[in-house]
Parts: sequence; structure tokens; C-alpha cells
Amino acid sequence: MVGEGIIKGMAETARNFLGSYVSDERLTTVQYPEERDVLPEATRQFPFLVYDGNDPMAGLRCVACQICEKECPPKCICIEKSKDKKPDYVGKPQIYPAKFDIDLSVCMSCQICVEVCPFEAIKMDTEYELSTTDRFGGLLVDKHQLAKPNSHFHQIHPTDANEVDERLAAEKAKFEAKTKADAEAKAKAAAEARAKAASSQTPPVSA
Amino acid sequence: MSGLSETFDQIFVTLKHWLLGLLAPVLPESLLSLASVILSLIPIMAIFPGLFAITTVLERKGLGRIQNRYGPNRVGPFGFLQFAADGVKALIKEDLVPRAADKVIHFLAPVVLVIPVFLAYTVLPVGRNMVAVDMDAGVLFFFAVGAGTELAVFMAGWSSRNKYSLLGAMRAIAQMVSYEIPLILSTVTVIMMVGSLSTVKIIEAQSTYHGLLPDWFVFTPWGLAGFILFMISALAESNRSPFDLPEGESEIIAGYFIEYSGFKFALFFLAEYLGMFVISGLGITLFLGGWHAPLESLEVIPSYIWFFTKLIAIIFVLIWIRGTVPRLRMDQLMNFAWKFMLPLVLLNLITAAIWHFMAPGAARWVVSFSIVIGSYLLLGRALFNNQHLSKRTYRYAE
Repeated sequence: MVGEGIIKGMAETARNFLGSYVSDERLTTVQYPEERDVLPEATRQFPFLVYDGNDPMAGLRCVACQICEKECPPKCICIEKSKDKKPDYVGKPQIYPAKFDIDLSVCMSCQICVEVCPFEAIKMDTEYELSTTDRFGGLLVDKHQLAKPNSHFHQIHPTDANEVDERLAAEKAKFEAKTKADAEAKAKAAAEARAKAASSQTPPVSA
Repeated sequence: MSGLSETFDQIFVTLKHWLLGLLAPVLPESLLSLASVILSLIPIMAIFPGLFAITTVLERKGLGRIQNRYGPNRVGPFGFLQFAADGVKALIKEDLVPRAADKVIHFLAPVVLVIPVFLAYTVLPVGRNMVAVDMDAGVLFFFAVGAGTELAVFMAGWSSRNKYSLLGAMRAIAQMVSYEIPLILSTVTVIMMVGSLSTVKIIEAQSTYHGLLPDWFVFTPWGLAGFILFMISALAESNRSPFDLPEGESEIIAGYFIEYSGFKFALFFLAEYLGMFVISGLGITLFLGGWHAPLESLEVIPSYIWFFTKLIAIIFVLIWIRGTVPRLRMDQLMNFAWKFMLPLVLLNLITAAIWHFMAPGAARWVVSFSIVIGSYLLLGRALFNNQHLSKRTYRYAE
């Protein structure tokens, strides 16, 4: 029948009109900036550096291996190694980045730097309101601006952070167990050597 | 009807007579009749542009809700002062006139568009005893004056010296002229039934109540068909979606008023909406019983309230249609007018005649309804099946 489609269409628009007053599904507008959309947990925007503990520079997990710098597709990361070393989360002395710059205007949020980092040092942040009035250097962030605590990581990506923490704790436990076992083995070997030396030093009984 | 409701009903008439009484000792006879005319016109000039302002906001919010979004909601409470912002914007915008444009005609086109529309309001009875001029040939005057708007569209398109403007104007005129015929023929049935062209007498003929429904013409088979055909033609006459190809907002930007900015654009906009109101008002007068209430018991509510309620209801339906139906292409539009609406409206004349000459009873309802519905279905099916929609073949010059 001619006009049947129009009647059905009008029924649908009427449903839209009336539904927009009662249900969220028929009125999906989020009035930014007064309201903000709730983003899923896996949201990612730009990278940040994780540090453990209270001191950003001392607890920085990054060891300046430069893998992320090499893997970054648009080459937005710039790293310079330090001359001295500082202890990492298990206690081993590691070099640290003297300079760690990311140009956020170049970064394409591909997360490759996060995927290749062996030290769980760089993770994706969720901050997107980063507009600045400085056209030339406003979006070039350095090590101090990038360093954020592990608690921040827990807040934005709880599942990932818990998993990373478990893994790091397990590795730390393994490392400590290994050092302990090594130390024990060393101590035992030293005691045996000393016992042997002591027994070899007693004069032989003469016949 | 009781004294209090009658007082409210006639309050504006009484107000006008009182003001005339105040002026009578001061003015000579000729100026007094002029004063009477001006006093009748001031409410029209005040109320309908006010209704226009509210309608623009309601339309934007209504369309927004239909499209799952808010309409304007920043200016004023829930965005209802948006029209003030739009008005200020239109007034302070620079008035650009193209260098090659025909200056006099370019200037006069909005004026020539607005004046006939305001003239048409004079024969519209807004309430009991509330018509500006009670003409014997009111409906004829209405359509004669409405044709003046087509001239203005052409003036606008031609004088802008712009290809797209001219194209838009040509299409607009073709559309308006072809929809004049179903528009007028659908009113001819009402005029035949009533025997008069005066709007006041047409409303008088619908003033009785029988049984459940009032005696409005829309509750008869020919009246229902006539009302639907009239409203569709009215949409086309006022260049409103789905017939807004001439001013296609997303295609040729603004069609025939593309070269107009600022206040002149506002005048075009005003004329379009006022045209929509006046033609809906005529539809109410002819088919929906004018200012009468739907039930006899509700006659206590003043007549002008009923008129404006019906007008606002029709405006909502027009906004609803705008949000639903996609725009018709030019050829689809013309086919619809000439091949579908014209035969239906001619058959409607026959239906009305049969209704009039058969005795009142169930028989004439059956016959009339069967003609109306049968013709609609058969014609629809015939035209649909005759469409040759195939893959487009191209013939190149070899």
C-alpha cells in the first residue's frame, strides 16, 4: 500500500521522540564538558612512566634499554642513558634514563612501546584533555612530567596493574630465592674448603 | 453558553470595541474605520510572529529529540530563548548584495513574499466573531493572495544572478504551481457542500454536534480524503519537508534565497513559517471546524484557545513529518502531484457529490468510503507497478 512506509516511519520517530524522555538508549548525548562519558578500562591515550615508591626518580622502573625508542613507529620517544647506575626493584644496579622525552603531538597511541618494554616501565595513560596554547613545545613532555606512581597505574588500569605487580613480586621472590640459594651454596662451599684446609694442615701421624 | 465563558470568549472583541469607543470622540469618521482595521490587525501582527518564534525553537527541539539528541538547550530555560539569539544574529549580520544582482528586485523580493502571507491572515477566523475582514469570497481571496508568494520566489531567484539560485527558484515555482491544483480542488468540495466561499459561513456549517463526533467535515469520507490531500499540498506550497527541495538545505544550500543574508533571510524564514501557519489555519477552518470545540460540553473553553490548540497540533504533526520523511526528488515530487494527487482529488469531488445526493444513512458511508479507499489503493498499486526501476544504462556518443 502506498504510504505504508511513511506510517511505519512516523511510528518509529514517535517512539524515538517519546523514548528520548524516558530512556538513555534513545538520548545518547553526553553534554561535554559538564558530563563526561565513562570510558572502558582498556582506554589508552598517551604513555607515562611508572615509578614504585615515593621518589619519582629513584623508583623509576625504566632502565634506558631504548627498545621502545627503536620500536616506536613515528619515533616520538627520545632517550639518553645516564652515566651512573641506581638499584632497581630487585636491588641490582641499573642505568636509568637521563632524558626521556615523548612528543605527544607525534605519538599515535599504538601502544607498541608498552608491548615491547621488558621492565613494565612504560604504560598507557587515559588523560585526554591535554590541549595547550604553546604551539611549538607545549606537547613535548619530559621524564618528570611522564613519571607517575604505581598507585596511579592501579587506579586507571586495575587488572593490568595487579597482574604486573604479581609478576614483578614473583620475579623478585625468585631472584631473592636464587641469591639466597647462591649465598647458602657459597657459604657451604667456603665452610667445606675451610674444613678441608684445616684438616690438611694437621701434621700426619708418623709411623 | 454561560456568561463567564462568553466573557472570556469575546474578551478581545470587547476590548477592541472599548478602544474604538475611546477613540470615537477624538477621530473623524474615516479615520475611525482605519483605526478599527488597525486594531484588528495588531493582534495578527503580534501573535503570529510570536508563534513563529516559538515554533522555530519547538521545531529544533522536536527534531532533536526525534534524532536522539537534545535540541538547543543553552539559551534560556531549556533553550526556549533561542529565537531571541537567532533574531539578534539575523539583525546584526552584514547585508550582502551581490554586485551583479538586480538591486531593486533583490531588495523587494522578501517584501513581496511577506506581504501576501500577512494579507492571507485577514480572512482567517481565529475565534467567534474574530475575523479581521469577513469577506464573501474569503477562500478565493486567500488563494489569490497566496499566488503572490510564487512571484516573490521567482524574483528572488532571478535577481540574484546565481545559477543555483535560479535553479532553486525554477524548481520552487514548478512545485508550487503543480501543487496549487490539488490544494484548490480539495477545498472545492467543502465550498460545494457549504455553498459559500466565506470562511465564517464554512465554520458555521460545522457548528452542530450529532452523537459522538462533531459535524466537522474531516469526519466524513470526502472530508477526510480532502483534508489529507489539502495538508499534503499545503506542505508542498510552503516548501516544507518532504517537499523542501527548492531550499534543500543540504543540496543547493538555500536554493532561491542563497544570496540573502541577515534581515532579508530572516524575512524569508518568517514568510515560510507564517505561510505554513496560515495554510494550516485554513485547513482547520475548512475541515476541522475552525474554532469549535470537539465536544459540546467543552464549548466553555474560549474559541480562540481551540483554534490555537488545533493549530499547534497540526504544527507538531508537520514537525513530526519533517523528522521522518526523506526529501522527495524533483521528478518524484512532480509525479506525485500530477499522477497521484490530481486523480484522487478529482475523484474526491465525485465522492462528495455522491455523499450529498444520497440519503443520510449507512449506505452513503459505505459507498463514499469504498470510492476513497478503493481509488487510493488501486491508483497506488498501478503507479507503483508501472515504475520501471532497472539498472541505469548509458549511451555514449560514439
